[in-house]
Amino acid sequence: MTFDATTTPASDASAAAAVAEGPEPQLEPKVVFDVRDLNVFYGDFKAVRDVNLQVHQHEITAFIGPSGCGKSTVLRCFDRMNDLIEGARVEGQVLYHGVDLYDPRVDPVEVRKRIGMVFQKPNPFPKSIYDNIAFGPRLAGMKDDLDDRVEKALRQAALWDEVKDRLKKSAMGLSGGQQQRLCIARAIAVEPEVVLMDEPCSALDPIATARIEDLMQEIKSEYTILIVTHNMQQAARVSDRTAFFTTEVNTESDTRTGVLVEYDSTDKIFSAPSDERTENYVTGRFG
Amino acid sequence: MPDLSLCAESDRLLFEATTSRSRRTKDTLASMWMLGALAVAVVPLTLVIGYVVLKGAQAISWSWFTEDLPAVTRRAGGGMGPAVVGTLLVTFGATVLAVPLGILGAVYLHEYGRADRLAKLVRVMADVMTGVPSIVMGLFVYTVFTLRFGLMGLGGSLALACLMLPIVIRSTEEMLRLVPDELRQASYALGGRQWRTIVTVVLPAAFGGILSGVMLAIARAAGETAPLVFTIGAARSLNLGLFDGPTTALSVQIFQNAQQPFPAAQQRGWGAALTLVALVFAFTILSRVVSARVARRHHA
Repeated sequence: MTFDATTTPASDASAAAAVAEGPEPQLEPKVVFDVRDLNVFYGDFKAVRDVNLQVHQHEITAFIGPSGCGKSTVLRCFDRMNDLIEGARVEGQVLYHGVDLYDPRVDPVEVRKRIGMVFQKPNPFPKSIYDNIAFGPRLAGMKDDLDDRVEKALRQAALWDEVKDRLKKSAMGLSGGQQQRLCIARAIAVEPEVVLMDEPCSALDPIATARIEDLMQEIKSEYTILIVTHNMQQAARVSDRTAFFTTEVNTESDTRTGVLVEYDSTDKIFSAPSDERTENYVTGRFG
Repeated sequence: MPDLSLCAESDRLLFEATTSRSRRTKDTLASMWMLGALAVAVVPLTLVIGYVVLKGAQAISWSWFTEDLPAVTRRAGGGMGPAVVGTLLVTFGATVLAVPLGILGAVYLHEYGRADRLAKLVRVMADVMTGVPSIVMGLFVYTVFTLRFGLMGLGGSLALACLMLPIVIRSTEEMLRLVPDELRQASYALGGRQWRTIVTVVLPAAFGGILSGVMLAIARAAGETAPLVFTIGAARSLNLGLFDGPTTALSVQIFQNAQQPFPAAQQRGWGAALTLVALVFAFTILSRVVSARVARRHHA
């Protein structure tokens, strides 16, 4: 897996691991992301400090925590969307199959082609449904079988039956929930390995939310999903692992920095968390 | 079953109790004030258009569009063909010069420059340019271009382009500002580079607004007289080229004919005025239709 001509193939480690495991069933799924000592700054302000975690293949990893705890900031490090924010700076490593995404030789645009993202507010382009889905494949130069690709993405996003007769109509005419599923279809049309979701259901009603959650379960076998959510029940329902973030007040500058408190299997986080702050949050005593 | 009539009755009483007499008086006064303001705005407009149509209609005939300008303005006869063609050509030339440059300038200002020092400077200069009187623009082109290369349509196009450029830049920048950042983010998240995002997402999303701004600039330019008087000369016969020799335009013909004491010339001036108004009006309608069609395709 390389991002440009100068980066050496660096999936050797994971490839070697896969070979070493041999034909036996994998007990511990493959690591897709390995985050090491991640610090994110906005100008002089430290937004998140010392995050260490590993994201596993074909799992849903949820980031939960109170507002301002930096969970979205961390999520945006996985496809280098923070680069677009003026003054944002990242220290530490985000290893994607062993390649540091913040290596100076890595082209952020190539990263984003492989790692899809779904935003909080549905943001379809003011184009036809077809052109929305075909946008990514066209960018990536996947020009052949575009119709099949569009249909496949829409089917995966459970939207095909609703829109198959109006693919040439504007995507702006869809309902909010349909628009968000369209955005998911758009993200997976280029068949990325990872899909990042930044509070994808916060603008949706419970029925639309349930559909998105079902959809996540269905596509999980093919994609690795990271989801930021405000909704603890959602994290408990859909995710395999949960990371709980919170804020620390820096007394001298009166600013808040996000920290990763605890990262474990979702069952453990919600039933037997090892940190008191996690317990307070998941039981509703705080946040 | 509840008694609905009683309900309605009590509701009405409730509303009446809160709407005091002084409030209703103020409401009436404010409405009349607004209607009056509307009338003040609309009456001169209708008078202008009505008068132009009334006075100009007699001049319009088939030969009006086909014949050359008469050699002697005193007598009736002849047409306005060269001026219609001249206006279309000179304005077209100005559009070709100013619109691509203006849109690219606005893209730089809003998508790349943002708060850069250069961008700020360009923005201020564009604002200053908007305020430059058109006659000064005409003199400017006269000194740097016409004195060297002579009278021709291109000189007029240059002068009009100078007038259109700041309008196109600022209106396009405003339209780009209205494109939600979420759309840019969506494109970047799919691996779109900045230029690709601008070409395939931002500009199409702003198309309707940009077109409106461009049409405004064209309408403004088509009616300009002062810059053309210095730069295009006053030809009487048809000149289909922008680069060779003098030509003429409707606005210049209005100006020149209205100054004459002869009824035939004044009649010609009214006719030219009506033709120009109709031309600009037709363009405006056309742009509305195009932008409505595009908007329906993208947003409905």
